[in-house]
Amino acid sequence: MDLLRFITAGSVDDGKSTLIGRLLYDSKSILADQLEAIERASKSRDDGEIDLALLTDGLRSEREQGITIDVAYRYFQTPARKFIIVDAPGHTQYTRNMVTGASNCQLAIVLVDARHGVAEQTRRHSLIASLLGIPHIVVAVNKMDLVGYSQDVFSDICIHYAELAQKLNVKHVTYIPMSALNGDNVVDRSESMPWYDGQTLLEHLETVEIDDDANLEQGRFPVQYVIRPQTPELHDYRGYAGKITSGQFRKGDSITVFPSGETSTIDAIEIAETHLDEAFTPMSVVLHLATDVDISRGDLIVRSDNQPLSSQTVKAMLCWMDSKEFKVGNKYVLQVGTFRTRCSVREIAYQLNVNTYEQIEGVEQLRLNDLAKVVLRTAQPISFDPYTTNRASGGAILIDETSNVTVGALMLVGEA
Amino acid sequence: MKLDYLDQLESEAIHIMREVAGQFERPALLFSGGKDSITLVHLALKAFRPGKFPFPLVHIDTGHNFQEALDYRDNLAERIGEKLIVRYVEDTIREKKLKEPTGRNATRNGLQTFTLLDAIEEFEFDACIGGARRDEEKARAKERVFSVRDEFGSWDPKRQRPELWNLYNGRIHKGENVRVFPISNWTELDVWNYIRREKIQLPSIYFAHDRELLIRDGKLMATAGGVIKVEADDQLVTRRVRFRTVGDISCTAASESTAETLDAVIDEIQATRISERGETRMDDQLSEAAMEDRKKGGYF
Repeated sequence: MDLLRFITAGSVDDGKSTLIGRLLYDSKSILADQLEAIERASKSRDDGEIDLALLTDGLRSEREQGITIDVAYRYFQTPARKFIIVDAPGHTQYTRNMVTGASNCQLAIVLVDARHGVAEQTRRHSLIASLLGIPHIVVAVNKMDLVGYSQDVFSDICIHYAELAQKLNVKHVTYIPMSALNGDNVVDRSESMPWYDGQTLLEHLETVEIDDDANLEQGRFPVQYVIRPQTPELHDYRGYAGKITSGQFRKGDSITVFPSGETSTIDAIEIAETHLDEAFTPMSVVLHLATDVDISRGDLIVRSDNQPLSSQTVKAMLCWMDSKEFKVGNKYVLQVGTFRTRCSVREIAYQLNVNTYEQIEGVEQLRLNDLAKVVLRTAQPISFDPYTTNRASGGAILIDETSNVTVGALMLVGEA
Repeated sequence: MKLDYLDQLESEAIHIMREVAGQFERPALLFSGGKDSITLVHLALKAFRPGKFPFPLVHIDTGHNFQEALDYRDNLAERIGEKLIVRYVEDTIREKKLKEPTGRNATRNGLQTFTLLDAIEEFEFDACIGGARRDEEKARAKERVFSVRDEFGSWDPKRQRPELWNLYNGRIHKGENVRVFPISNWTELDVWNYIRREKIQLPSIYFAHDRELLIRDGKLMATAGGVIKVEADDQLVTRRVRFRTVGDISCTAASESTAETLDAVIDEIQATRISERGETRMDDQLSEAAMEDRKKGGYF
């Protein structure tokens, strides 16, 4: 069975929590005691009906305010697939949380309120999904019950969204009209929208093709840890432990190590002391090389026939995630793969208006949740691939040296 | 070329463990002898063999454990030749003159936090790997894989670090520590399926056996070792049961079951309409935010 990670994005009142609740409820993924617990909570709130949204708001302050503050992860499965739902908050001030949630997802559900159509939030969420390289978007046109299940309303929204999607790097868009509150087209087909002959949301999630999303071209292996037992029997054992973040490796492959540039050949590939002839992403393995090469944590082993970029000056799209401003001249720690180095901010090329997609030049500093194109100078060369071709080796984070907090998400573009 | 979901989860967990090994000076693996931490040990064998573990196994012992779990714990540590450190809640209670909860459903479970924080201080652990899963509880569903805690072990859900791609940031100040959850993305069923696939041995109490129990608030509580005080109006029964989780005796309920094999246990879990914690853990049901509040207090 395979696994699909998807994110749900939508603004506060688009009914995102209700949609997740409906998906879990109608696919019978909620157990009796969990249902009783939300029934009790719904009653104590005097809401009358069972509030499916209560399933997803896990924190006290979220329940108090009735909004989602941080990303939450939920799990369910059907006979067809296993699912990880990344439940991200919709508020503008939580853009960073959506970026956090979106970074590992293969699909994004963008909720649109049928009464309001494509809104600022729709544009922002779609931009983030596009920047983070999520290949599949589902535009869930919700609250169709409040517009009389009108096909015209749905069609207008589809046309409007398609225009917007043209400006973005989004590969596959699917449109589904639904009412999460009443359960139309979430798991069960709607009787109120006979004009819609597409899949329900769950059918789509179960069948969407995700195999071709994996990058099997670029063999990339960031070294995490060196295994050296140093026992009499294993005196010369030296295994490089890590995860193949993209591509594949075979015994006998020529490899190059970054940043040193040294070369060697793969002598053996192990998983838990079992030898394999080949291994591919996302396997965690141990590599052995034919020659003694000086390799430690932070190095990147790649297949010599497909090498990454290596540079000390890089361009990147940045999502700034801290309340302290990001300014030219500031220094941070940059982490790509397992490699860390210091970097300084050379330039803010432009800031991106998340609602209009307009590029704003001449910006001096970035604030929490801003998106921008920036140029960074690193202390040592970093090895990477453009994010648009490789999410694993093109994504990087910035860490504040004094607070140690992760303050920025970088989608690396290329050498500057 | 595609990995089955269990292989994907395994690979992710191994990657997380190796990040701990690569990023921290003095990590520890919290080990209780329950199925989740047994799974962690198995994953650590896969992550680090033929090398030694870069961390000891640490058990915070409430003194209210099932003997089967303790025996399993000691045998396992000996079999794999890794270091086991045990710290006792009993000692903390005595040394710090802690007040033990009293009353009908009193449990020492909450006091574990004190012993855990003392052990972290004693050994200067900067990272503690634990077997918590996000599917267990709604506050857990919010927690990062690398969960930074302050010097009091406290979790602040509003100040969690963004966690992007498979990049984990374990940089901390002295005195802080990180709780690391490699099987965050696993469900109860995933753990059982993995245990079956990998042929991992479990303590016998996970399988159906006859046991003396008392019925309290509709739950079947073990009378083992006299941890739970039997009162005059308690009904004592002998039932065929197994345990779905193995925690402190005082707050872990048994499930009626005839499942004697892993296949049978998995069939039962697939058919049940009650969640793992809902069925077995008394301490989560004290209030709507019981787990969140304990985690803010330093609970792992």
